[in-house]
Amino acid sequence: MPISFEIPENIMQQQQMTHFVAETVMRPHSRDLDENEHARPTEFVQMIWPVLRDQQAHTLQKMLAKAQNGGSEGGEKKEKRGPRYEYLRIMSLVEELSWGDVGVYLCLPSPQLAGSAIEAVGTTEQKERLLRRFAEGDQPVWGAMAMTEPGAGSDTSAIQTVATLDPDTNEWILNGEKIFCTSGGLALEESNGLVIVWATVDRSAGRAGMKPFVVEAGTPGVSVTKEELKHGIRASNTVSIVFNDARIPYNNLLGSAEVQQKDSKDGFKGAMATFDGSRPLVAASALGVGRAALEFVKEQLAEAGITIPYDQPYHKLTAVQRDVLEMEAQLKAAKLLTLRAIAMLDHGQYNSLQASMCKVKAGKAVTWLTQKAVEILGQLGYSREWLVEKWMRDGKINDIYEGTGQINLLIVARRILDYSSRELQ
Amino acid sequence: MLDFTPTEEQQMLVDAINRYAENELQGQAHEMDEHSDIPDSVLLKGWEIGLLPASIPESLGGFGDYSAVTNTLAFEELAYGDLATALKLMAPALLAYPVLFSGTDDQKARFLPLFGEPAPYPATAALVESRIGFDPYDLRTTATREGDHIVLNGAKAYVPNAADAEWILVYAKDTETGKTNGFIVEGANVEGLVIGEREKLMGIRGLPTYSIQLNNVRVPADLELGGHNGTQFEHLLNHMHIGLAAMATGVMRASYEYAKNYAKERVQFGKPIASKQAVAFMLAECAIEVDSTRLLVWEAAWQLDSDKPVNEITQAAYLAREYANKAALFVTDSGVQVLGGHGFIREHPVERFLRNARGIPMFTGMAIA
Repeated sequence: MPISFEIPENIMQQQQMTHFVAETVMRPHSRDLDENEHARPTEFVQMIWPVLRDQQAHTLQKMLAKAQNGGSEGGEKKEKRGPRYEYLRIMSLVEELSWGDVGVYLCLPSPQLAGSAIEAVGTTEQKERLLRRFAEGDQPVWGAMAMTEPGAGSDTSAIQTVATLDPDTNEWILNGEKIFCTSGGLALEESNGLVIVWATVDRSAGRAGMKPFVVEAGTPGVSVTKEELKHGIRASNTVSIVFNDARIPYNNLLGSAEVQQKDSKDGFKGAMATFDGSRPLVAASALGVGRAALEFVKEQLAEAGITIPYDQPYHKLTAVQRDVLEMEAQLKAAKLLTLRAIAMLDHGQYNSLQASMCKVKAGKAVTWLTQKAVEILGQLGYSREWLVEKWMRDGKINDIYEGTGQINLLIVARRILDYSSRELQ
Repeated sequence: MLDFTPTEEQQMLVDAINRYAENELQGQAHEMDEHSDIPDSVLLKGWEIGLLPASIPESLGGFGDYSAVTNTLAFEELAYGDLATALKLMAPALLAYPVLFSGTDDQKARFLPLFGEPAPYPATAALVESRIGFDPYDLRTTATREGDHIVLNGAKAYVPNAADAEWILVYAKDTETGKTNGFIVEGANVEGLVIGEREKLMGIRGLPTYSIQLNNVRVPADLELGGHNGTQFEHLLNHMHIGLAAMATGVMRASYEYAKNYAKERVQFGKPIASKQAVAFMLAECAIEVDSTRLLVWEAAWQLDSDKPVNEITQAAYLAREYANKAALFVTDSGVQVLGGHGFIREHPVERFLRNARGIPMFTGMAIA
């Protein structure tokens, strides 16, 4: 197929619908949920749960059918039809919901990152048993991923949470503490959800010893100990979880228990591979906040009689016009890099470099752009009467989670230079 | 639908230009810059690729259809070899494309077949005026109707190949409408047209550019580009913006790749400098900027090819160009910086890339002057 930037019609339609939801269900509560930090976006969650639940049921059904057919999805047919642009659909959803409110978007009742991990390395039995809860019932259910620890941020190989096998009961015993777990409280305390917990079965083995374990709501010995107070995305539920001799079934380990050699897909590398899918979506979220801020700036400037021309030379532009043009250019560059990383996923291409590139660019662009928006709007921008100052605080997270800008830049650097993590530290 | 892969045909063209860039241009670019001269043999080999006739329909002496996307791919690759050669080689397109897009049927029939010849046809255009605050939509060169002629007055600068040009497309302000229109002027022996000295520039030194004076130059009315329909200057400028931004991408990529290879080989403190984050991060940022620029260029070109509304295309072209101008400086400056002292020495190409990149905004007048 030739180079094209055309978005499929059905995704455009979905985007319009999502935009409507963002505008009418998310935005009206944006300020309140920011001011009342640990309140929940109940209206949004209740409205969106049946939609996500039914989608999840559909996805699960297909996943299980595929497993029954021995992994085949009717491969040849799929080839003929071309890509289904499933990632593009999700990207559009994330961008539009983040235009509405990033914090609220993060409260989507869905498997979230736990879903990606279970889909990637779970057995059919695990998929059925663990994902079914997201596909049925009247009450919303959340999934979450717990990786970060007090002593292990970007250096995920330094995690200390330990999983020990009790041979008598064939259970794993978890001990340790996780922090900064997005939606961890919603998953464990406010619904019948689950959290993927990364723990080591062999500290001396480093990354090879790291394994993902599924911890379900109601497991004794698991407690949510703290809900963080944050700079932005205050509607999002960010918690610490402590594991004190928490026993989970043997089959809640995702992948193999064996401590394998470095190239194994099951353990750490498996976790890293899910980033190739999640990083472009963080970038997409950044694009949504960025666009919200840019649109608002242009509206306010227009009301003040200032428009943005696209045919003027340097000397005829005001400083503010130049700023806005630069904001637009940066946001567009970030969007195109993200679209590329997403299109590669949809075409089944390996996109690790491009995923990190768009994450770096979008994180940086939205941080700069939202700060600029506050600057340009002056007293209006700084006021909590409006949402611009909130978007500046919300936007910043995109340069931090799913790998900070620096970690992603390091990944880009290693890939372009063809250096291992040892050669470029 | 959303896709970032060139067609097979486009890839073949890119590969052909890549061979030309690496085999013919990169090795000679230093000498061409030092002597401010591009040998005819080099140009001829580039012309043989047939880029311009490939955009002109068969009925008018070419062998293809114009595609902005294909051209951006080609221009990046040419400029990756050498920006001065890319600009000199494509200078005839400064007349050919405007005639193709805006020309009357007579003008197309008269001029386009000239570009299907085996040797580059000497044609060019004069847009830029040498003054602070130059605005292509507000030219000082004027065009005044006098009977069945138009009279041009003013001064132009940065006119590529002007001394050899058979035809020069001169842009001037229509004194009745205030709009920018194009007028096709015979290069030699026209009364009132004075070709000045060759300009001495910081970079792009292989490309000969000239200032010209127009003193009551009379142009027959049928050589007003587009005739009654006018020149559609906005559309032409969009094409120029996108083409130049594509060339910027090529220069950036050349600088980035050179610096990257150098950094992997240059050992200090017992290790390649690329293994230090301070250097590796500069290169990573450059890689991101090269790709960002290319994607903005592709998207704008795709809008052109898809016949999107002109205001949308103008916005995309302007943003792409504005981005490219800035990014080109950032990346080529980083290239010099990665090489340190060696980057400042003319034996290495990175300082030439920086000088060349700084010249890209000169050719139309932009948000970044």
